[in-house]
Amino acid sequence: MAKVTLERPQLAPGVRLHWDKVRERWVLLFPEGAVALNETAVHVLELCDGERSVEEIAATLSERYSGADVREDVDQLLGAIAERGLVVDGDS
Amino acid sequence: MATPNPLLLIAELTYRCPLKCPYCSNPTDIGASRYQDELSTEEWQRVFAEASSLGVLQLALTGGEPMARKDIVELVGSSTENGLYSTLVTSALPFPRGRVERLKHAGLDHVQISFQDSDGVGNDAIAGTRSFTRKIEAAALARELGFPLTLNVVLHRRNLDHVDAFIALAEELRARRLELANTQYHGWALVNRSALMPRREQLETAERSVARARERLGSKMEILWVLPDYYEELPKPCMGGWAHDAILVQPNGDVLPCQAAGSIPGLALENVRERSLAEIWFESEMFQRFRGTEWMQEPCRSCPLGRQEQDFGGCRCQALALTGDAAATDPVCHLSPNHDLVVDAREAANEDESARRSQDGVLVPRTLSAIAPASA
Repeated sequence: MAKVTLERPQLAPGVRLHWDKVRERWVLLFPEGAVALNETAVHVLELCDGERSVEEIAATLSERYSGADVREDVDQLLGAIAERGLVVDGDS
Repeated sequence: MATPNPLLLIAELTYRCPLKCPYCSNPTDIGASRYQDELSTEEWQRVFAEASSLGVLQLALTGGEPMARKDIVELVGSSTENGLYSTLVTSALPFPRGRVERLKHAGLDHVQISFQDSDGVGNDAIAGTRSFTRKIEAAALARELGFPLTLNVVLHRRNLDHVDAFIALAEELRARRLELANTQYHGWALVNRSALMPRREQLETAERSVARARERLGSKMEILWVLPDYYEELPKPCMGGWAHDAILVQPNGDVLPCQAAGSIPGLALENVRERSLAEIWFESEMFQRFRGTEWMQEPCRSCPLGRQEQDFGGCRCQALALTGDAAATDPVCHLSPNHDLVVDAREAANEDESARRSQDGVLVPRTLSAIAPASA
């Protein structure tokens, strides 16, 4: 399977972030599935608006995490989620 | 082990349906008077609110045909208010534009349309009504309105050779997901087992088609492939384990751990009109009886493969239907003393056509009138 690369990622249609009030955690909901998200993943996905580039997302997060280099983590996370078709490019 | 909270609510809104699929997962006594007394709009709204408080994230609005409920838009609205991810599981009969637009507006998340075959003739023969063209139009409308679309197909002897065509159809309709689920033999499908059971080479060819398409399509389309139990040597964790993930509410408010659990004798029926979902989930005999692993008999109790927490002994309803004992090991398991029941049924499907009994190809369509119970 070809590795998915994204320019300006956004959640695919029918995919949304949801606060699971019973289990007290964020989840990503999609057709007939759910995955629990850690805090970083939520921060990344909140920035995936189809406008920001992956670079901008990483820069914004880096600022939030006092300058830490997060580019690799962002790539890895988005790659894994894109492989399942849950994030897509903004112009697709 | 602490009782987990459920993730999925299967809401069987009605057993009315224009289709007559001979493998329908509804009970074979859908014509019984108790199912005609359907929950009201307000009662379903209460069920959705209770489900949400209980931790349910996913709601399957199904039936029968959920679009047969005049209040379907209100019910979707209630699902949205409660933060549930809603899927409409429909035959697309009916699927009128105005109403579907209102469903979108009410927050419906996902549309799943059933196809009975990959062409009109085969589809309409199994569905028992002209429906193929309308399904194609419905799929196009769902995509136009921006819904993620799943095509779902129940596979059996008569359509298993069309897997490539199903994949092409799903691509053409720009489906996000294609669910290719081989028939599981409960209820109506058990009645029709000899006519539905595929041959081994049909399955092998279909599996290769699925593998090729997955490789080619990557993340563009997800293809789910569910093997028929009868061709496996180890059972599935039915519903993710008894009362582990899912809760099912029938049209009249009866609450079950799965579609077929009402067939198990000795389990008192629970109804949302009498108790809350939380009480039923955590306390009722219906949900406690086969939860976890404590109830297991041999050979499950001392499973040499250590699979108790993986497959939870397989399917209770299948164990009951085939062995007469709902607490027995699912006969799909090669360690079950009753495994020959499964092997015999599967091997009968692989005999020459000339050796098959004359009634082996006859399908009994889903009907509201009573039929004789299946003999396993």
